[in-house]
Amino acid sequence: MSDNLESFRSDITAWIAGNLPSELQGIARNEETICWGGRNWRFASDAQRLWLEHCHAKGLTCPRWPTEYGGGGLSRDEEKIFREEMLNAGAPSPLESFGIWMLGPALLKFGTPEQKAEHLPDITAGRIRWCQGYSEPGAGSDLANVQTKAEDMGDHWRVNGQKIWTSYADKADKIFALVRTDRDAPKHLGISFMLIDMQTPGVSTKPIRLISGASPFCETFFDNVKVPKDGAIVGEQNRGWDVAKYLLTHEREMIGGGGGGLLSGSTLADMIGTMDADAAADPVIRAEAMELEVDAMAFALTMERYRDMAEAGQGVGHASAMLKYYGTELNKRRHEIIMSARGSDALDWDAGFAANWLRTKANSIEGGTSEVMLDIISKRVLDLPSK
Amino acid sequence: MDKLLDSDDEVMLRDAARGFLDENAPITAFRANRDAGRPFDPGLWAEMARMGWAGVLVPEESGGADMGHRAAGILSEEMGKTLAATPFISSAVIAATALRETGSDRLAEISGGDALYALAIDEHVKHAPTRTALEARQTGNAFRLSGRKCFVADGSTANRLLVLARTSGADGEDQGLTLFDIGADRAGLSRATANSIDARDFATLDFDNVDATGDDVVGDVDNGLAALAPALRTGQAALAAELGGLSSGIAAITLGYLKERKQFDRTIGSFQALQHRAAHLFAEIEVTASAIANAGRVLDADPETAQVAVSLAKARASQTAKLAVMEGVQMHGGIGMTDEYDAGFFMKRARVGTEWLGDYGHHAAIVAAARGV
Ligand SMILES: Cc1cc2nc3c(=O)[nH]c(=O)nc-3n(C[C@H](O)[C@H](O)[C@H](O)COP(=O)(O)OP(=O)(O)OC[C@H]3O[C@@H](n4cnc5c(N)ncnc54)[C@H](O)[C@@H]3O)c2cc1C
Repeated sequence: MSDNLESFRSDITAWIAGNLPSELQGIARNEETICWGGRNWRFASDAQRLWLEHCHAKGLTCPRWPTEYGGGGLSRDEEKIFREEMLNAGAPSPLESFGIWMLGPALLKFGTPEQKAEHLPDITAGRIRWCQGYSEPGAGSDLANVQTKAEDMGDHWRVNGQKIWTSYADKADKIFALVRTDRDAPKHLGISFMLIDMQTPGVSTKPIRLISGASPFCETFFDNVKVPKDGAIVGEQNRGWDVAKYLLTHEREMIGGGGGGLLSGSTLADMIGTMDADAAADPVIRAEAMELEVDAMAFALTMERYRDMAEAGQGVGHASAMLKYYGTELNKRRHEIIMSARGSDALDWDAGFAANWLRTKANSIEGGTSEVMLDIISKRVLDLPSK
Repeated sequence: MDKLLDSDDEVMLRDAARGFLDENAPITAFRANRDAGRPFDPGLWAEMARMGWAGVLVPEESGGADMGHRAAGILSEEMGKTLAATPFISSAVIAATALRETGSDRLAEISGGDALYALAIDEHVKHAPTRTALEARQTGNAFRLSGRKCFVADGSTANRLLVLARTSGADGEDQGLTLFDIGADRAGLSRATANSIDARDFATLDFDNVDATGDDVVGDVDNGLAALAPALRTGQAALAAELGGLSSGIAAITLGYLKERKQFDRTIGSFQALQHRAAHLFAEIEVTASAIANAGRVLDADPETAQVAVSLAKARASQTAKLAVMEGVQMHGGIGMTDEYDAGFFMKRARVGTEWLGDYGHHAAIVAAARGV
């Protein structure tokens, strides 16, 4: 087994070396360099397009998904090796998307064979870009309070309502949305998980500008939108809450994963870069940096341990809320330290530190706030009473 | 590398250990020892030796069970949960590892539970092996040890001592140190038992021209840190595991209280302010548990490179134990402050365990240096 893994490692290392366009090697990950894909995607370079094509042909945009949908069919150990070697080679991720992180896992679990065949290949190839229509003005932490309604019109659903904080809605091709299909049922039991094409008449978006200066998310409006019934609902009608929650566990792990520095593989020292001598000599900055490195290393090991547990079939379940909570709070600490270590240098937008710093403040809000994660841990894991 | 999960054998070991400790070394037993002024119960230790715990790191040819560092960590963790007081870390972990390197015939006495070792290393209030001034003056094959060691865990109950002494160089230098393995009954040695907050044994040892010979030297003269380092690492890892167990132990007691105590006609565990404190503590304990499991894994796989993994575990475990006992007492209210309740025992042992073999700052500095800070 480990022999096989070793030969897998040498094969994949050689494959990366043979296929990674040299201009992408070591490229920093940021909004300009990420490849999101989609109908209207304009590649940042030929190299970015080529790299996506090569990786997709080998199933490496979604290494663990079944090969029939364009995945790589890799085992967890193989995937780990693949990621390590990508890191070693300084290779950027060929494709990132909400389809990969969120919708795909939900479809693999709840989708019909037809839904999988229709949507998964478009995700692995980067042909369709998805966005997430969960939150509404009145349904944030209290997500089950969604009011966007879908009425049964025989051969189609008629959707009306408003979503908010929809990341990249203005760039996405399709949306997976929580809509109310039964207004009389208790609030968790009247929701369906619906797939809607953003080009359908009646769908419109309006960007919202963030404190980081970017405007990656939008308000999304549905005004008498006709959604053909065939294949529109994932899972059972009115049981969309189950799908929504399952998807959230993936989203939380993904967001939390940023905290160990795992995604970038970087130490704080790498991220700070050249530190000013005065900052380096500051005992408080130093102490905070030391503490952060201790916690970040332990957190990375915790991600590993939880993956081992999941792999061994020891349900991690609600404890994934812990990863989300801890990882995001850690990431916020990390960027506070980076800002103070770079001092006034970091205060110019063009230095590139501030936008990242501000962006991390959303980590403990998006995908469920830290307070909501603590609620989940105390109620579902620690079994603390409600009265 | 191995997965960060207990293997089937380890699950069995943990269950067996827990069953044994719940029955034979519950917290009430710790209280009874404390009340009797007894740092540990020799009968309990003999029982543990029969089960192979004293020989957990001793090779089979010396009568040991040779189960490895993950296993030692599991035992230590379980003992931490019930505050079981034993010479496990000093003898079964630290001394066994130091002597294993040299194939000493004392190993059989360790695994039999008869040799009770203490490590005499520190001379100042903070753990710092190189800050050794205790002198071993050499003439031919003979040495005379003079000086003082403080905070020697298990120092007054031990019948054998591992002593780090200076044979050359100056206080603060890492060369010129030599590790001795001597009987605790040698002439010229006096021991003063401390009135330890955790009701266990630590002592100050005074050496006044204590005789030793080349046969007592572990490893090489003037290169004692090399002989000691592997043993220190394993001790630090086992102590981290004990603190991890201690944290889970007090957290479990606290959760039980949160589910039972009522105020304002509600169970106090229904107050979100307390729920979030408990949930945060859970997160810290989980993250620390990963570092502890990893330290055992790396010690088993590649002991020479294990220092960062071990320091990570000891650093994390020290911080988490501090948080766990503080939150534990706070969420109990007044009862947590009483001697009659057990929470205070956890708090006092946590303080001693944090300080022993290097505190948070000592180990965090090692981790941070490895990460370029
Ligand atoms: C960058 C970013 C990207 C996002 N992308 C998307 C997206 O693509 N799609 C999408 O659907 N949504 C998205 N969101 C929305 C996100 O999921 C919500 O913002 C989040 O769930 C919180 O909801 P809210 O903003 O309404 O805050 P509220 O729920 O109003 O929370 C306000 C405060 O009250 C606290 N609070 C609320 N309830 C409780 C409670 N029971 N106990 C204690 N404290 C409580 C919260 O923790 C918070 O501190 C995104 C958000 C951000 C910041």
